[in-house]
Amino acid sequence: MGTFWGLGSQDIWHMLLYTVRRLLSAVPTLLAVLTAIFIIIRIVPGDPAIAILGSSASAVAIEALRERLGLNEPLYMQYVGFLLGALRGDLGLSLVSGKPVWEHLRNVLPYTIDLTIASIIIGVVLGIPLGIVSALHRNSYADYVTRVMSLLGLSFPAFFTAILLILAFSIGLGWFPVISEGDLKDPLDRLHNLALPALSLGLLMVAYVTRATRSSMLEVLGEDYIRTARAKGLPERVIILYHALRNALIPIITVIGLYLGILVGNSVLTEIVFSRPGLGKLIVGALEERDYNTLQGLMVVYAFFIIITNLITDLTYGLSDPRVKYQ
Amino acid sequence: MSVATGKGLCARALRETYRAFRANKTSWIGLTVFLGISGLAILAPWIAPHDPIEQHIERRLESSSSTYLLGTDTFGRDVLSRLLWGARISLIIGTLSILLAMVVGGGLGILAGYKGRKIDLLIMRVMDVLLSFPILIMGLLIVAVLGPSMVNLVMAIALTVIPKFARIARGPTVALKEREFIEACRAMGSSDLRVMGIHILPNVLGEVLVMASLWTATAVRIEASLAFIGLGVRPPAPTWGSMIRDGFENILDAPWLSIYPGLCVLALVFSLNLLGDGLRDAADPKLRDG
Repeated sequence: MGTFWGLGSQDIWHMLLYTVRRLLSAVPTLLAVLTAIFIIIRIVPGDPAIAILGSSASAVAIEALRERLGLNEPLYMQYVGFLLGALRGDLGLSLVSGKPVWEHLRNVLPYTIDLTIASIIIGVVLGIPLGIVSALHRNSYADYVTRVMSLLGLSFPAFFTAILLILAFSIGLGWFPVISEGDLKDPLDRLHNLALPALSLGLLMVAYVTRATRSSMLEVLGEDYIRTARAKGLPERVIILYHALRNALIPIITVIGLYLGILVGNSVLTEIVFSRPGLGKLIVGALEERDYNTLQGLMVVYAFFIIITNLITDLTYGLSDPRVKYQ
Repeated sequence: MSVATGKGLCARALRETYRAFRANKTSWIGLTVFLGISGLAILAPWIAPHDPIEQHIERRLESSSSTYLLGTDTFGRDVLSRLLWGARISLIIGTLSILLAMVVGGGLGILAGYKGRKIDLLIMRVMDVLLSFPILIMGLLIVAVLGPSMVNLVMAIALTVIPKFARIARGPTVALKEREFIEACRAMGSSDLRVMGIHILPNVLGEVLVMASLWTATAVRIEASLAFIGLGVRPPAPTWGSMIRDGFENILDAPWLSIYPGLCVLALVFSLNLLGDGLRDAADPKLRDG
C-alpha cells in the first residue's frame, strides 16, 4: 500500500482536484439542509410570541412582538434572511432571552466540545489496544470476550450508563459531583466534572473503536506485505505496530468520524443526566420554550458539524487508499 | 441454459447464510433472549400480577416483597407489571418503525439504483439531507413537531433510519442492474416494476434484513432515549424510558426504579445486536470462516 508521502506531483494534483470537487459537492447539501431546517422549524406547532408572553397576553402585545421578531414578514423574506444570516454565521436572536443565538451557543459549546474530545480520547486509548489484541488472537477466548463485551458496550443506552456511573461513583463512593457543571476557568475542576460524563460516552466509543480496529487489523494482517515482513524476520512488535497498525489506522479514523454523529446525539442524554451545560441541554430547553431561533441555530450547528465530519472522513478515506482514485 | 436468475442467487445465499448462522452460538443466544422478551410482552395481559397503571399511593416506593416482586414506583404502581407492559411499547415501536423504514428506504434505494440519473440524484440528495443530523436530534425534532404518540414515534424513528436502508439497497442494485439476467428480463419485455420486485428485491433483501435487526436495536434505544427526555408515549402508559426517567428522580431513595427498566432496555438491545451481528457474519462470505 502506498503512502501519502510517496505520491508523485501528478497524484497530489489529482488529490487537490478531488478535494475541491468534494468541497463543492457539499454546497448543495448544505443549502438543502438549511432549507430543510427552515421548513421543519416553521412546522413546529405553537406561536413563539404567545409562548414568550403567555396565553393571557393581549393581542396588541403579541402582534407587537411578532413584528419585532420579524415573524410578520413574508416567508420568503424570512427564508432569504435566514440563509444569508446562516452563511455569515449570524443565527439571529433568541426568542426567549433576546440575545444573539450565537452567544448562547458560545457559552455552552466548550462543555460539549470537552465532552466529545474526552470521549474520543477514552475510546481511542482503550479501543485500539483491545482491538489489536482481539485481532491478533482471533477466535481465542480473549477475542471472544472482547467481542461480546464491545457488543454489550454499544448496547448500553447512554443515559443508563450515566445513571449507573452516578450511582457508583457519585452517590456510592462520593468521588465525583452528581451535577457536573464545573468551572471552565479552573482546569482541575473542569476535569473533575468532566470525568464521569466523558466515561459514560467514552465507553460507547471504546466499543465502536474496538470493533473497528479488530476488523481493520484482521484485514491488514492478511495482506502479502505482512507475510513479507515476517519472512524478513522482523520482530513481531515492529510488524504489528509499524506495518500493520499504521495501515489499519486510517479506516479506524474513518469509523470514528462516522460515529461522531452518534456521539454528539448521545451527548444530549449525558448532559441531561449530569445536569451539564451543553448543546444537548440547550436544544431540550429551546424545544420546551418554543425558541425557534435557538432551535434553528442549533440545527445549523449540528448539520455543519456532520457535513464537515463527513467531508473530512471522505478525504481521509481517499488519502488512505491509493485505489480510491482522485478523479 | 444456466443463466443465474435473481431467485436462484437468492436461494443459494439464503441457504449458506442459514448454515453459517446455525453454527454461531452467540446469535442463538441473541435470538433466544429476543424471543423470550417478545413472549413475555405478548403474554403481559395474562402474566402481569397487577394493573400497570393502577395507583396505590399509600404503598409508594416499596422495595420488593411477595406482593410486589420488583417493588413499587412513586405512585405505588407495580414495577414488574409496568416492565412487562413496557416491553410491548418498546417492541411495537422498535419493529414497526424499522419495518416502515425498511419498506420505504429499501424501495427508494432500489428505485434510485435502478433508475439512475435524475431520480437517483434527487432521492439520494434528500437522503443526504436526512443524514446530516444526528439520529437522536432528528428524532427529537420530529416528535416535537408531530407531538408524542405511538404513531408519531414510529414515523419519527422510521424517518431517521430510512436513508440508511436506502443506501444499503442502492449499492447492490447498481451492480445487479448490469448483470445479464436483468438485461435478459428487460429484453423479454418485463416491466421495470417486475424486474425490481422479482429479480432485484430478493438479492437485496438479505443485506437489508441483516441491517434491520441491527437497526431495530437502535430504534429501541432511540425510543427509550426519547421517552427518557420526556418525548415518549404519553403517561401513564408504561414505557421503559419514562420509567428510567421517573426512577432517576428518586435515585437516592429507590435506585432500583431506574435500574430494572435500564436492564430491560439493555437486554433487548443487546439481544438484537447479538442476533444482527451473527446474521451479518453469516451473510458475509469473507467473515464466514472466522
